[in-house]
Amino acid sequence: MTVAAVKPAAPRRRLRPTPGLIAGLTVMAALLLLALVAPWIWGDEAEALGGTPYLPSSSEHWFGTDPQGRDVLARTLVATRTTLLMCFGATAIAAVGGIGLGAAIWVAGPRVREIGQRLIDVMISYPAVLLAMIVAAVLSPGAVTSVVAIGLATCPAFARLTTNLAANIAARDFVSTARLLGVPPLRLLRRHIVPNIAEPLLVLVSVAFTVSLKALSGLSFLGIGVQIPSYDWGKLLADGLQDIYNNPAPVIGPSVAIVLAGLAGGLIGDGLAAALSPNEGGGRARGDRAKVKAALGALDASAAAGAVAVADDLVVSLPDGTRLVDGVSLSIAPGEIVGVVGESGSGKSLTAMSLAKLLPEPLRSDAAQLRVGDLDLTGNPSRSRLATEIGIVYQDPSSSFNPVLKLGGQLTETLRVHGGVGRGEARRRAVEQLKLAHVTHPEARMKQYPHELSGGQRQRAMIASAMLTKPKLLIADEPTTALDVTVQAEVLKLLLEANERDGTAILLISHDIAVVSSVCDRVLVMYSGRLVEELTAGQLRAKDAQHPYTRALLAATPAVDEDTEPASIPGRPPQPADRPAGCAFAPRCALVRPVCHEERPLLRITGTGSRAACHVVGEPAEAGAPAAVEAGAPAAVHETSDVPAGPVLPEQGAAQDAEETAR
Amino acid sequence: MTTRVLELDGVDVSFGFGSRRKHVLHDVGLTLDEGRTLGLVGESGSGKSTLAKVVVGLVRPAAGRILIDGEDMAGAGRERIARLRRRIQLIPQDPYASLNPRMTVGDALAEAIDPLRGRAEAHRDTIAALLAKVSMDADAADRYPHAFSGGQRQRIAIARALAVGPEVIVADEVTSALDCSVQAEVLGVLRDLRASMRLTMLFISHDLAVVRHVSDEVAVMSGGRIVEHEQRDRIFASPQHDYTKLLLASVPDGKPLRERRGTAVSK
Ligand code: SF4
Repeated sequence: MTVAAVKPAAPRRRLRPTPGLIAGLTVMAALLLLALVAPWIWGDEAEALGGTPYLPSSSEHWFGTDPQGRDVLARTLVATRTTLLMCFGATAIAAVGGIGLGAAIWVAGPRVREIGQRLIDVMISYPAVLLAMIVAAVLSPGAVTSVVAIGLATCPAFARLTTNLAANIAARDFVSTARLLGVPPLRLLRRHIVPNIAEPLLVLVSVAFTVSLKALSGLSFLGIGVQIPSYDWGKLLADGLQDIYNNPAPVIGPSVAIVLAGLAGGLIGDGLAAALSPNEGGGRARGDRAKVKAALGALDASAAAGAVAVADDLVVSLPDGTRLVDGVSLSIAPGEIVGVVGESGSGKSLTAMSLAKLLPEPLRSDAAQLRVGDLDLTGNPSRSRLATEIGIVYQDPSSSFNPVLKLGGQLTETLRVHGGVGRGEARRRAVEQLKLAHVTHPEARMKQYPHELSGGQRQRAMIASAMLTKPKLLIADEPTTALDVTVQAEVLKLLLEANERDGTAILLISHDIAVVSSVCDRVLVMYSGRLVEELTAGQLRAKDAQHPYTRALLAATPAVDEDTEPASIPGRPPQPADRPAGCAFAPRCALVRPVCHEERPLLRITGTGSRAACHVVGEPAEAGAPAAVEAGAPAAVHETSDVPAGPVLPEQGAAQDAEETAR
Repeated sequence: MTTRVLELDGVDVSFGFGSRRKHVLHDVGLTLDEGRTLGLVGESGSGKSTLAKVVVGLVRPAAGRILIDGEDMAGAGRERIARLRRRIQLIPQDPYASLNPRMTVGDALAEAIDPLRGRAEAHRDTIAALLAKVSMDADAADRYPHAFSGGQRQRIAIARALAVGPEVIVADEVTSALDCSVQAEVLGVLRDLRASMRLTMLFISHDLAVVRHVSDEVAVMSGGRIVEHEQRDRIFASPQHDYTKLLLASVPDGKPLRERRGTAVSK
């Protein structure tokens, strides 16, 4: 119990009030206060007959007097209570009735649901005010009648939202699991469904308030709402309007009141919607953290010279400065297949997408150098060169094609638009590529829609499409993750064929170490937005990795031909905004040293010829070989640490030794 | 002597009517003994997910018998099915979708213990014991699912399945949405539970490597049929059916798909 008291239950999604929401709530609070006190303070004045009728605005009667000589300002203030009560009444009827109806329809089962939803659709298309007028006209007009009428007329909107949201939530696993557990339907609704749809419904409530305010005022204005001697704002408006040409003042009071209340409702609605929207949460602003400069990725200058693709000190960041990719450098040689492995959130896809200039908003990339061939990606590269020189294969073949267009048009589009190739020639080449990709019946496929192909065939067509323009670089982002294992093997072979036939360099992104090591020449391992190791596929296959993270990852991967139990890695990767100073893997690393918490390790060549970013790897004690050699490129410059610039590594080694002996 | 906890016999399932009728399961027979884990592998469309639904009672077969502890589920009425259902618990695939974000972990577990009136306060000790079984601290009960990682959530989902005290646990692709290191964590929990509780489990996965590490025996599905069902070691060492062989050969084992060319690794 004490534990619970000390550590309070995690809050639900935090509500972050926007200025609009605060303004709306303030105005609404003021109106409520007014509704509470006005009848006591100004009640008598508002009812007092015998004044001079039709007075214009004066210091005594700000908004003049009505035909019976009563003060319009006082009457407007007093009418706040009636008006708000009616609005709340109507909103309550709409919300309770609508949500109830929606829930009932949803609980009732598939057939009733179908009919009910149709019915609601019809009701929604019927204007609420019109419906209310009919109801009010049929029953005897009055405050209660109009409240009920407007309330009922707004029900369908709630009902529809409720059924839609409920259907959405009900499809989630936790609801079906609860069913399996034997949770009865009503409890299911109350505990699992309603709490998860409460937020949008709350927004709708505030919208309904505004709508009913307008509608109720309208009804009173038309004379079928509130009846004498009661009055609300709508009624006051109607009274004032009778003599508007001679005396406009009495109209102003109720008009201002209606607008103000309506505005408050609207602001609250918008504010709630914005405050509750999930993508508003998280994302703490954070200044640019420790800038560790170019030497980090330490690009090998000689390798970069002839490379088909180069990224040097690539940083992908959120608008608040959080670095999702933090200083990655890589180069891909002509005809080379380079793999990037890492777990979700490691930044591997973002790295690849930067090389294709396809980062989603609002991410931005910065790099000392970012190019494919001689196409500079840091500026504003030509779209047609991007389209023809970089081919992309995505994970999900079903979403990478437009479902409503035939394959033929989609396959030939890039060639025709960006390659300046004629229709017939483009077609011929597309068919040829489909053949090369082993798509069955290539001619016929051109006339088919994407959904008519199986997942494997679609992914082949995707590869064919990517290879059509003979790109310099093919980026394959988890190309086989959505595929069955037998199909995966074929698609991987296909990538190899394309590489061998046209000499296309490939950047293969995958979470699967086995996939990467069976296809690639060289593999980059990413962790928390950084490159931690670069090794040959042969080394990876032989489990000859140096970096502790790569080793842990290898140990966690179950093998189909071995009985060793996969070992989990304690903890979890840091959020990019909370990446620790020093080595990002330090909190989970078995070999961690004090220096790891302070200093970001650089990529340097290890005893086996791979490159690893780790303070411990390559130490004399460990490797038995000469101390780590610096991996080409400029020396490390740590702007934020006290380590002097210049030949860093030997000093580092000495520092570590000192620490070791100290222990 | 071992008890036969689950037995499927000649189960047929088809969807649709008339000419569009599609057979999803053909004459499927399976047996599962107490304390054993049966790995069910197959590719998408092989019918393994439908089979899972049949076993937990979400899909009713057109023909065949499903015996739980000898009791026939296929012929049972609504009420009996509801009762039998609790004896088989499902761990769903996606740990992010399988926990109600608005319910504390404690409440979620309490609901599994008592679906009618369960409250976290009433079952504090049981909940703590359940969490301990999946190596989680008792104070996890007071928190909401969003405070946990994918692996922890999946452990909570396992604890919830255990809360019912089921005879059989059906784990449907429970690790396929997880990262490799997290997958290892969940597999570790399942491994410990199998040893400590004599868990009886139907473990469904498309990943042969994972199945190998969890199962005592393996059944391979293809086209709605079970094509091979063997002891784990035998199926991996000497697969008999052609499809099993193909499946095993397709798993990337890290061996290069082609001979290295001269251009490799420019250093
Ligand atoms: S630098 Fe330190 S913490 Fe990081 S991987 Fe190497 S030993 Fe572990």
